Amino acid sequence: MKTDHVPQDNSPTYYGHTRLLYATDAEGRYRQVQSTGWEAESDATMLALDDQRRQTRCAWEDARAGNISPLKYYMLRQRMDLASLAQAVGLWQWRVRRHFRPAAFDRLDSGMLNRYSEALGIPVADLCRVPDSAALDIWLDPAQERCCP
Amino acid sequence: MTLPAQSFGHRQSAHCESGVMSALLTHHGCSLSEPMAFGLSASLAFAYLPVIKLAGQPLISYRMPPGSIRRGLSKRIGFRMKTERFRHAAEGTRRLDALLDQGQPVGIQASAFWLPYFPPEMRFHFNAHNLLVVGRENGNYWVSDPVFETMHMCAQKDLEKARFTGGALAPQGLLYYPVVPPLSIDYPKAVREAVIRNMRIMTAAPLPVLGLHGIRYLGRNIMARERRDTPHRLRLFLAHVIRMQEEIGTGGAGFRFLYACFLQEAGELLHNDLLLDASDRMTQTGDLWREFALHASKMSKEREPMDTALLNRLLRACAEQEQSVWRRLKDL
Repeated sequence: MKTDHVPQDNSPTYYGHTRLLYATDAEGRYRQVQSTGWEAESDATMLALDDQRRQTRCAWEDARAGNISPLKYYMLRQRMDLASLAQAVGLWQWRVRRHFRPAAFDRLDSGMLNRYSEALGIPVADLCRVPDSAALDIWLDPAQERCCP
Repeated sequence: MTLPAQSFGHRQSAHCESGVMSALLTHHGCSLSEPMAFGLSASLAFAYLPVIKLAGQPLISYRMPPGSIRRGLSKRIGFRMKTERFRHAAEGTRRLDALLDQGQPVGIQASAFWLPYFPPEMRFHFNAHNLLVVGRENGNYWVSDPVFETMHMCAQKDLEKARFTGGALAPQGLLYYPVVPPLSIDYPKAVREAVIRNMRIMTAAPLPVLGLHGIRYLGRNIMARERRDTPHRLRLFLAHVIRMQEEIGTGGAGFRFLYACFLQEAGELLHNDLLLDASDRMTQTGDLWREFALHASKMSKEREPMDTALLNRLLRACAEQEQSVWRRLKDL
């Protein structure tokens, strides 16, 4: 790739940041070039994120209807899947899957709720209820949001 | 008093682990560029393992597993690294603080999801992100994360969370720093060894899912997926391949440009035309990978009709071109 072919597509996923790429100048020597994004790459990211949001929305609707526990909704919202959540809390997958059932989730003791809350980064009080509107992007600690431009 | 954080020369890099190693060694007086760190560790690879699923998508990697740049580099140029893992978060934080108070910049492994300075769109549960912590101040850390342009401030509890999260490749608070930094590097020997080792990884892998065979396998598998999967799932899979190649900080074309830069730097240093020629060929390989990514992206966005045979042909061309690089380097 030539330095003047390095894409500068201002990808929204970069949030104004740049990424470093290696490209060759007119003499064929390698240079470091900062790139503001490449459409091909950000399209791929957006496609994956849209799918994630779609799944989260389905889970939110199910949780609102009372078919599943809020746990599954928050898991998807925090971009986890069954395997990674089970690993993060140190449980078998079938146990986590069981906690997706409202009846089983409602019987969880505070110790187990704390483990889930820790793994997902969501306070216990929020973890136990489904929000009124379908928030689909990751739940951030309010103290952290200032860091993101 | 100047804080170590202010005197530390932060440099942006393409990839996290090679950037951290390059910055650490340069800080200790052994100047080493990022491509050199990457190339000498012999970490260029290709692996496509559909059996292993991460977040529902098969494992695709353009480099050796996390930690191999750190280990490969220290082995190749002969210096001792101290690595420590911790059972308890409090213990890990105490040790980090003690090292920082001695003025030692420390490399750490952390989860990209829990680092507050990451933009939300880039926050994924990838536990093997590497960064440097260079100082601390009122319960905050100064971190030099090589994939960003500048240093960041990170609160102690956020960094602790990122270092001690669970899941696949859990960092377990891993921290590392050189104990005996290298005084000088025997470049002719190190470059030769690294290139030969990397050639074996790419051309003589024992499994058909690794190296050049792995690239061809991915091409065939994309065609098989078109017959087997729904169009939606196929598009998501293509997006996943592109992200592994471009998004996760590879310097472009899945580390191929980074490696070509290493070959060029080594060729100029050792006045070796063979390395320079191999560098040109590797650049062409990278251009082919970018072309593949462009088509795959358009197909996954439905801006171009889905044509898996074309993607297969492009991947085979990548494999062919890369083979010519390694065939050339065999005579080194």
